[in-house]
Amino acid sequence: MATDGSADRPHEEAPTIVARSPVQQAGGSGNGGGGGDLTEELLTSEWWTDAMVAAAGIPLVDVPFVTVGGGMGSFVTVDYLRVAGVPIDRMRVLSDIDFPWQTYEYLTRVSQIPRPERIRSDSASRPDNLWGFPSYAVAEAARNKTLAPLWQVLVEPIWADYYTPRAGMVFEGLERESKRISYSDMLVKGQVRMVRRRQGGGYFTILTPPDAKPARRVAYRSQFVHLAVGYPGLKFLPELQAFRTENQDFYHVVSAYEDHEHVYDRLRVKPGVVLIRGGGIVSSRVLQRLMDDRAKYHLSTDIVHLFRTYISSSHGPNQWMRRKGGNGFAYQGFNYPKSVWGGQLKAKMRRLEGEQRATEYKLMGGTNTPWRRSWQRQMNQGRGEGWYRVMAGTVEEMKVRDDGMVISMVKTGQGPAEIAADFVIDCTGLEADVSEHRVLADLLEHSGAGRNPVGRLDVERTFELRGAGSTPGVIYASGAGTLGGYFPGVDTFLGLQIAAQEITDDLARRGFCRKIGPGRSVQQWLRWATNRQP
Amino acid sequence: MVPTLNGRIQTRIFLLAVVGGLITLIIVPFLPGSAPLGDKYRDGFLVLASVAVLGVFWELLYHLLMQWRWEKDWPTLFGLIEGIPEGALIWILLSVGAIPGIVGHVSGAAFLIQFILVWLGVWLVANGPMRVPFIRWRFQGGRLV
Repeated sequence: MATDGSADRPHEEAPTIVARSPVQQAGGSGNGGGGGDLTEELLTSEWWTDAMVAAAGIPLVDVPFVTVGGGMGSFVTVDYLRVAGVPIDRMRVLSDIDFPWQTYEYLTRVSQIPRPERIRSDSASRPDNLWGFPSYAVAEAARNKTLAPLWQVLVEPIWADYYTPRAGMVFEGLERESKRISYSDMLVKGQVRMVRRRQGGGYFTILTPPDAKPARRVAYRSQFVHLAVGYPGLKFLPELQAFRTENQDFYHVVSAYEDHEHVYDRLRVKPGVVLIRGGGIVSSRVLQRLMDDRAKYHLSTDIVHLFRTYISSSHGPNQWMRRKGGNGFAYQGFNYPKSVWGGQLKAKMRRLEGEQRATEYKLMGGTNTPWRRSWQRQMNQGRGEGWYRVMAGTVEEMKVRDDGMVISMVKTGQGPAEIAADFVIDCTGLEADVSEHRVLADLLEHSGAGRNPVGRLDVERTFELRGAGSTPGVIYASGAGTLGGYFPGVDTFLGLQIAAQEITDDLARRGFCRKIGPGRSVQQWLRWATNRQP
Repeated sequence: MVPTLNGRIQTRIFLLAVVGGLITLIIVPFLPGSAPLGDKYRDGFLVLASVAVLGVFWELLYHLLMQWRWEKDWPTLFGLIEGIPEGALIWILLSVGAIPGIVGHVSGAAFLIQFILVWLGVWLVANGPMRVPFIRWRFQGGRLV
C-alpha cells in the first residue's frame, strides 16, 4: 500500500480526503452510500460531477496535480516541479510500482543490460539532474579518478564510440534524487483505472488501491493530470504469437524483453543454434551476450541473424540525409539523430503537421543500433569463423521438428529457406497500439483525446493532451504514448526532461508553480550539488 | 548542446562577451608588452570583438558543413579545434593591420595567450556550466532569446 503521504491516512479514517487544492471542495463527497465502486452512470458519462462520484460512495482526495504511471516519466516531471518550488503536498504519483526505475531496470536487465553494463544514452542526459551538469562522464571520471571518460566525450563519436553511462550509475543517481525530492512521500500505490473530466473544471482520476477498504476505488480530484504510463505493451510478430499460442511453447521462442536467461544457461551445457530476429539495439545486446558467452565459456553456439529490412550501406534520400549502415544494420549513436533533442531537427519537427510530420518520422526513424567497435570486432570474427550468419527475409511459418528444433520457413529474395534453431529470440520490440492501455483507451473513448499522425496520443507543443481540456484543468502526457508529436525523442531520458520542462513552463503560465529562471536555476543546482531538499 | 544556426551565433556572442570579456579583463595586465595598460586593454578587447564578428561568418561555414552529418550535430572536439583556423585568421589580420583601432603592436605571445585562454574558457563553459543558469538553452539549439 501507499507510503506515508497525507493522502493515504484517510483510507483508514474517513471516506473524504482533503488536501490543499485550488479545486473547490465538494461537501459530503464519498458519503453517498454507494458501494465505493464505479457505477453504470460513471462508466458511461464523459463528464462527471462531484455528486455522481459521491453517490457512488467513492472517497475523494483533493490534490492539484497527479501524475499517473510512476515510472521514469512521472519521476522526471515531479523532479522538475519540485525544483520549480512545488511542495510535496500538492502532488501525488499514482503508480503500481515501488520506485520509478523499477520497470526500466527490469527491461534493461532482461534485455542484457545488467547494472555494470552501459545503457544507450548520452553523457548529459541525466534523469536525476535536470541540468545535465556535471555529466555522467565527469561524474564517472571523478568517482573512479580516471581521465578516460573525459577523453571519450572529447573525441566521440569520430575517434571513439559515444560515451554512455553504466546502468548501475544511473540507478544510484536516481535513488539519491528520489530521496532528495521526497518522492516516496508523493507516491500512492494502486492501479489507475481511468481519468475523466469533471464538470466545473479539472479531472477525476480513479485509483484502485491494493487493499482498498471500505470503498473499492478512490477518486483523485485534481486540476492537472499528467500521464506517463510508458509503453502500452509489447507485441509479438504474428507468426511468433501463433507459434507460442499453438504450441504453448515459451521455452524455445522467447522475447528479448522477457526473462530468458534459460537460453544462455542451456547453451552453456549443450551447443546449439540461436536465431535472432530484429536489427535494433536489443538484437545487438543479445548478440553481444551470445558472443561474450561463446568466448568466455569456449562454447560453439551458432548464431543466425534474420533481418526483415537488410541495410547494406549508407542510406537516405540525399547526401544531406544519409545514415550509415552495413551488414544488415542501420547505424546511429542513439535512437534518433542527436539534433532531435535540441538542434535543427527539433526546430524543424516543431513546425511540421500531419502527413509531413509522419514522413519525417519515417525518414529519421526505423530500427537502428549504434556502431560500436567491440561489437564490430566480435561480429567480424563470427563471420570469419562461420558461426555468425546473416539473412534477410520474412518468416512465413514456424513449427517444431521431431528433434525439438524450431523450424522457421523464411521467404528471402533468393527464394524460400528454412532455418532450424534451438532457440528463437525475438528482438523486434514491436509496440502495441495505445488503445491496448486501459487508461489511454478510456481517454480516447470518453475524454476527447485524439491520435497524432503516427497513431499515438496527440499532444500540443506543451505536451497538453489535445481535446481533453477541462478548463481550468489540463491533462499532459509524455513518454512513449506520445511518439509522433512535435518533438520526436519522447521515449528517452532527455526527451522526458524536455517534456517535463515544457509542462513545468506551461504550469508556470497557469500559475501552478514558478518559472525556473537563471537565478532560481543556479540556486536549485547548488541545492542539488549539496544534496539538500529543493 | 546541438546547435542551430541562430543558436550558434547567439551562444558565441554571449559567451565571448561574458566569459571572454571576464578572462580578457583579468589577464590583460599580465600579457607581455610594454604599452600603457589602457592601450593593452583596448587592443585586447578589439581582438575579442574581432573573434566575435568574424565568428558569425565562421558559424555560417560550420553550419553548412554540419549539413553533411546525418545527426546534424557538432561534436565537442570540433568546437575546440575550430579555434585553430579562427586564431590563425585573426593573427594574419592583426599582422597586416586589418583590424581597425589597434594601437601599438600586439606581440605573438600576447595574442596567443589571450586567444587560447579565451577560447578554452568559452569552450569549457559551453560544454557544461552554461546549462546551470540556462536550462532551456541546450533544448533550443543554443538560443538564449
